Amino acid sequence: MEKQEDIIVVQDLSKRFVLHKDKSVKDRVLYFRSRDKSRSEFWALKDVSFNVAQGETVGLIGHNGSGKSTLLKMVGGIIDPTSGSVMRRGRIAALLELGAGFHPDLSGRDNVYINAAILGLSTAETDAVFDDIVEFSGIGNFIDTEVKFYSSGMYVRLAFAVAVHSDPDLLLVDEVLAVGDEPFQRKCMNKIREFQREGRTIVLVSHSAEQVADVCTRAIVLDAGEIVHDGEVGEGIRVLREGYERDRVSETERAADPFIDGAVKIHGVDVLLSNGEAAGSEPIPRGETLTFSIRAEVKKNIEWITGFTLQSMLGQTVYFVNTKGIGLNPPQDVGNYRVEFVVPDVNFGRERLILSAGATTLDGTIIDNLQFAGHLDFEPDPVGGGAVQFKVVASIKS
Amino acid sequence: MEQPPFGAPTADRIVEGHLREVSNSGGRTRSIVSSVKEILSYRQLLVRLVSREIRARYKNSSLGIVWSLMRPLAQLLIYYIAIGQFLGASRSIPDFAIFVFTGLTIWTLFAEIVGGGTGSILANAGLVKKVYLPREIFPLAAVGGALFNFVVQFIVLIVATVLISHPAPTLDWLLAPLAILLIIVLGTAIALVLSAVNVYLRDVEHLVDIVLLVLFWASPIVYSVTAVKSILGSSIISEIFLSNPITLAVLGMQKAIWAAGSQDPTQFWPSHLALRMLIALGVSFILLIVAQRIFARLQGNFAQEL
Repeated sequence: MEKQEDIIVVQDLSKRFVLHKDKSVKDRVLYFRSRDKSRSEFWALKDVSFNVAQGETVGLIGHNGSGKSTLLKMVGGIIDPTSGSVMRRGRIAALLELGAGFHPDLSGRDNVYINAAILGLSTAETDAVFDDIVEFSGIGNFIDTEVKFYSSGMYVRLAFAVAVHSDPDLLLVDEVLAVGDEPFQRKCMNKIREFQREGRTIVLVSHSAEQVADVCTRAIVLDAGEIVHDGEVGEGIRVLREGYERDRVSETERAADPFIDGAVKIHGVDVLLSNGEAAGSEPIPRGETLTFSIRAEVKKNIEWITGFTLQSMLGQTVYFVNTKGIGLNPPQDVGNYRVEFVVPDVNFGRERLILSAGATTLDGTIIDNLQFAGHLDFEPDPVGGGAVQFKVVASIKS
Repeated sequence: MEQPPFGAPTADRIVEGHLREVSNSGGRTRSIVSSVKEILSYRQLLVRLVSREIRARYKNSSLGIVWSLMRPLAQLLIYYIAIGQFLGASRSIPDFAIFVFTGLTIWTLFAEIVGGGTGSILANAGLVKKVYLPREIFPLAAVGGALFNFVVQFIVLIVATVLISHPAPTLDWLLAPLAILLIIVLGTAIALVLSAVNVYLRDVEHLVDIVLLVLFWASPIVYSVTAVKSILGSSIISEIFLSNPITLAVLGMQKAIWAAGSQDPTQFWPSHLALRMLIALGVSFILLIVAQRIFARLQGNFAQEL
């Protein structure tokens, strides 16, 4: 892809929020001396810099409170940064809240015109796309009904329809796609894809890794107001998931039973091809038989289960299996063991899968978890695509 | 069949314009010229917001727009009976009904601009928080709504005057547009500042009600300036009374429209009324510019304060 011109330039952007605990005059007078104590501040964003080139679709991801929405609002110009600058060009449409500015007592038609004017469309421009808006929203004859009688779905559909017809160069989307039913969400995603093909730039905030993976060409991961990853989407989602995992593990560690903790240690997983060689140097061909050998050390006498999981780069589980499912009971005595799973005729369609392995008690409490035990590369499917591959033969019959 | 790969745009889209700073990034405030330019580029929205307010206000009422006249007419009736007849003010003021309605019309314009403008940012909190617009739009829309009501009242006033006192054209008529302009500029300046301050200190809304009440009685709307003059004489207090821009606008309006009074030699009119009004207008313009600067400074934190 040739280098496109930047449409957003963000430099050293920081935002500080000051929280006042006193609001009334009485409080201020009474606690005048301890004023400093009643103020607390925190940095929602710290020295964030990035550029977005024209035509990119950027996913902003991060857990709650990481500063994504604040960043998006500053790009949209709704709040001013404490320091740093945002530069932008072209027409922008911000889908920060669908239907902001809808007046419940006015008809859908009136609201379309007002909302379009808010997004910067002239009356003539709105006239030109009005029928398309009604068509896209699926509101039909209700367009002349007051908006307060609309169902929430109709409301959102109409608002989205206006926004996507405002011909933006840059579209900012904040979580709004989470509302609406499935067909509507699909319609929204398709519209976003259409925007991509037309070379428009999209910045999307989402909690849904699938959504981001689906449409974005680049991911920016925020954590506590700082960029921790900027680049490839799959990698970004992995970074985000690792963050979640870290939080979760630190939580479970605290709660863990001291007896269970460290009772079994997973040292690693070896993957062998049918000829006995270790997998990994070359992509694994379809139909190969793989042996997954989990190296585990039992340190305390305990009943345990072990197994492995194969995940796509985006974190979707493609396959998992464990000893309980197979009906095998690993020995409880202290010592080192190898638990071998032989998987015949592998036909995974993904080019790379992430391998993880773990050990749990019989009721599922995690004893040890090896998040990243290696990755497996597979030969791409020459004819089809998807999560699995087959040796497909086609013929035409008349 | 998998979805085609996304990413590379198939169409080269041409985005006009150069990179520009977004709003006040870097803590700097926009210049007044760029603010005005921006507001002008949103003038169609301004018109829509005004019409939204007006239409939504009378949407489900059967009398609709007539209601915007009811309040001043009721006020007129009260003042006419209580002050004009019972307190006897109408004996020294010819065409008392026209006199009161003239003052009330221009006063209502001021009161609605200031009162409506003060709450305008809060009333549109949903928009302010979610979409970027030049925020001056909201107080300006309140001004537009007040102007609309004013025009309705003004038409009624003109019709009544023509029917009752058959005025002959004079140069004094020019004082009416001057008075209206003065009230718009002054009212807008006050509304801009108060709407912004109101976001941080909600007390302002309540304070405004009281101050408006005081200002109403501080201007010669239901009593004549002649009566004030006969009590205060030419003291400094009377000069202060006459320097009130609202008083000047009310007087200008009365001089232009209240034909029975402007031709009556027993009525007192301040000297150089037109000049006084022009000076007040000049000062109001300066206030408007100052108000815009204050507004621009305060508006940066609107979204997080609301």
